[in-house]
Amino acid sequence: MNPRLYPLAATIAIFLLAWVICVTQFPYMLSTRVAGNLLTDNAYLGIVAVGMTVVILSGGIDLSVGSVIAFSGVFIAVMLRDTGLHPISVFAVLLVITTGFGAAMGWLIHSLAMPPFIVTLAGMFLARGVAYMLTIDSVPIDHAFYDLLDDAYYLMPGKGRLTLIGVLMLITVFFGIIVAHRTRFGASVFALGGGEATARLMGVKVGRTTILIYAFSGLMAGLSGIVFSVYTSSGYPLATVGTELTAIAAVVIGGTLLTGGAGFVFGTLIGVLTMGLIQTYIVFDGSLSSWWTKIIIGLLLLAFILLQKGLLRVTTARVAV
Amino acid sequence: MLLTIRSLTKTFPGTKALDGVDFELAAGEVHALLGENGAGKSTLIKCLTGAFVRDAGVIMLEGEKISPSSTSEAQELGIGTVYQEVNLLTNLTVAQNLTFGNEPLRFGMVDRRAQLRQAEKMLEGYKLDIDVSRDLSTYSVAIRQIIAIARAVALSGKVLILDEPTASLDAREVETLFAVVRDLRDKGLGIVFVSHFLDQVFDLTDRVTVLRNGQNVITERTADLDRVQLIEHMLGHALKDDVVGHAKTHKAGGEWPELLKFDGFGRRGHIDPFDLSVGEGEVLGLAGLLGSGRTESAELMFGLAAAQNGAARDANGVLDLSSPRKAIAAGFGFAPEERKEDGIIADLSVPENIALAMQARRGWARPIPRAEQLRLAEAYIEKLDIRTSGPEQPVGDLSGGNQQKVVLARWLAMNPRFLILDEPTRGIDVGAHAEILRLIKQVTAEGMSILIISSELDELIAVADRVIVVRDRRHVAELTGSEITTDTIVRAIAAPDRDMTEVLA
Repeated sequence: MNPRLYPLAATIAIFLLAWVICVTQFPYMLSTRVAGNLLTDNAYLGIVAVGMTVVILSGGIDLSVGSVIAFSGVFIAVMLRDTGLHPISVFAVLLVITTGFGAAMGWLIHSLAMPPFIVTLAGMFLARGVAYMLTIDSVPIDHAFYDLLDDAYYLMPGKGRLTLIGVLMLITVFFGIIVAHRTRFGASVFALGGGEATARLMGVKVGRTTILIYAFSGLMAGLSGIVFSVYTSSGYPLATVGTELTAIAAVVIGGTLLTGGAGFVFGTLIGVLTMGLIQTYIVFDGSLSSWWTKIIIGLLLLAFILLQKGLLRVTTARVAV
Repeated sequence: MLLTIRSLTKTFPGTKALDGVDFELAAGEVHALLGENGAGKSTLIKCLTGAFVRDAGVIMLEGEKISPSSTSEAQELGIGTVYQEVNLLTNLTVAQNLTFGNEPLRFGMVDRRAQLRQAEKMLEGYKLDIDVSRDLSTYSVAIRQIIAIARAVALSGKVLILDEPTASLDAREVETLFAVVRDLRDKGLGIVFVSHFLDQVFDLTDRVTVLRNGQNVITERTADLDRVQLIEHMLGHALKDDVVGHAKTHKAGGEWPELLKFDGFGRRGHIDPFDLSVGEGEVLGLAGLLGSGRTESAELMFGLAAAQNGAARDANGVLDLSSPRKAIAAGFGFAPEERKEDGIIADLSVPENIALAMQARRGWARPIPRAEQLRLAEAYIEKLDIRTSGPEQPVGDLSGGNQQKVVLARWLAMNPRFLILDEPTRGIDVGAHAEILRLIKQVTAEGMSILIISSELDELIAVADRVIVVRDRRHVAELTGSEITTDTIVRAIAAPDRDMTEVLA
């Protein structure tokens, strides 16, 4: 097997193992209800993690996405409350704003040769600040279209609900797979992650690609914000604090190299679901405190970072011979 | 002519990297471009590939004037380059690397199967039997090198520049690569071959152009040259007597009390085990071509790379030279070749740079007081005649010669017993050059021992009491007293066999 596939294989194995452990303890966890909820509850995280995967594959990072999701929720809620716009128009405006925001960060990163960490950290404060500017309260969303979205689901055998937002997440992952692994843009992303100087020598338009990468992440964060607003039926400026870090964790647990250049969007989906599964287990158990989720995620992260370091050493050692 | 370059000039602050260089490349020839570090080879190549923009001169490709401003523009014009550090992405597959930027698309998506076919087609004729769907990182550097050539030829197809392509290949791999290069030559490509391996130059190339200090030395058919002539051209005799002073009146060997002794000191891949004794107050010269093992010898002695064999001793017993820190503790100093990268900290002031090694020895817990730093700096600014606008000036703003003096001051302040200078006069002006040589004589008169590595033979002859000649990562000859002449050194470097007795006879 190609050593590049090891982290992905490990991710899938861990996910399956975790599910087997869950099912042996709580057989009901095999039901379609749990599966449906897993997708619904993690839809917003899965979508934003797709954007984060592309950013990390290029060797960058985007810390702004959690704030952008919160901004999106507040923006939608306030617009629906204060204007007569239809949600679909609001969504369109929002996606243009968040994509533009991402593109602007990408432009700064490239043109000022600034570390993405710093630029997106500024973006994180900025987006959160703008969300506060719109409102400091939780604004409920009360719109007929939202009721429609909420009720849109397919009842699977076993009464599990395959919701619209869950399906949207799967579609986004599929879209992400195409973008990252099957387009020239995706090839440029991997090239940047492999080494910017070399990528430039191979003819990658570094500036354009960087802007597109962060624009894509902004688009995904906006989409994730829409999904989150459907999920919670409200907009709250304090929502999704730290979601960017959860998304990064999902990407790394999904087998993507944190330094860029190697990984799979599909792995990120598995990473998100693994984290969701741990949470579900703790809910089922009832006696465990929720901080166990964080501890286990922390350990998983550490394990994956060590695995990748080990792999790196193995592959470089083999080539050196 | 396929490619014609006329009076190409490129100036960097403080140095003229290229000074009116001419170069010609015919279709169907392999043309070697030779010169020591700083001769201007890489600047010339960078002007060709669009990495640098020239200040003056003309580049003509097939009779058309060109001015590439980026690598991709040069590629589109027909000039492809393969570097020593292969410019491909190891995290992608061979096929992705070969087709990068020209991937076959189907419905806007990359058509994986067509991509594999296209890659296989690009590799046809290179006698490579590899699986293009595998990661590039699974293949050896030699194969990557050929893949890089295949990509460059497919993209550009007129001029192929090979910049030290063989530096990390073994003999068999070099043969494979050369077979590919000859094949391409016969197909009518013009190939520029940059290398410091003279055997390979004689083996492969049709013509040779030698650069030195940014100027043409010669362009000649390879067959009309022999090794000695070639090396003479590369190392040259540019220095005038008034710069280096008169050749040292060489004392006979053995007049210095022995200070250090290296026995069988060596490391695989760096330098074969060598024996070397260093006398107190002696100036040792290390001569050889670029890549011969000069710098590697110095790095081993200073602990930058740990020796795998042998030991170093002084009068009190075995020395631990396993790290620079320990070497400094043993009284060693090292002024490296890449002054800007390894020697100075450009943003720090002159006193801070001078105090650096001393501070390192004291440890971070006992900072050298500012007044003490200033006093030290002022003493050395005066002693070495370092020209600054004031002690607070960042070292990066000084000229090359003054930067070198700062590095020297740093070590002199430590009062080492053995100081290694790697190309101490590279890229500095004539006046500073003479001062540094004078300084070397002065400190050795006070009892310090110095090892000086230099590409300038006249410089070695002027200051060295003994010259060690390095070739192919071995110390091959030791010249003392009246044996130290340009002629003997060049012949020792050029001698194709191990037996040096003939040279010295």
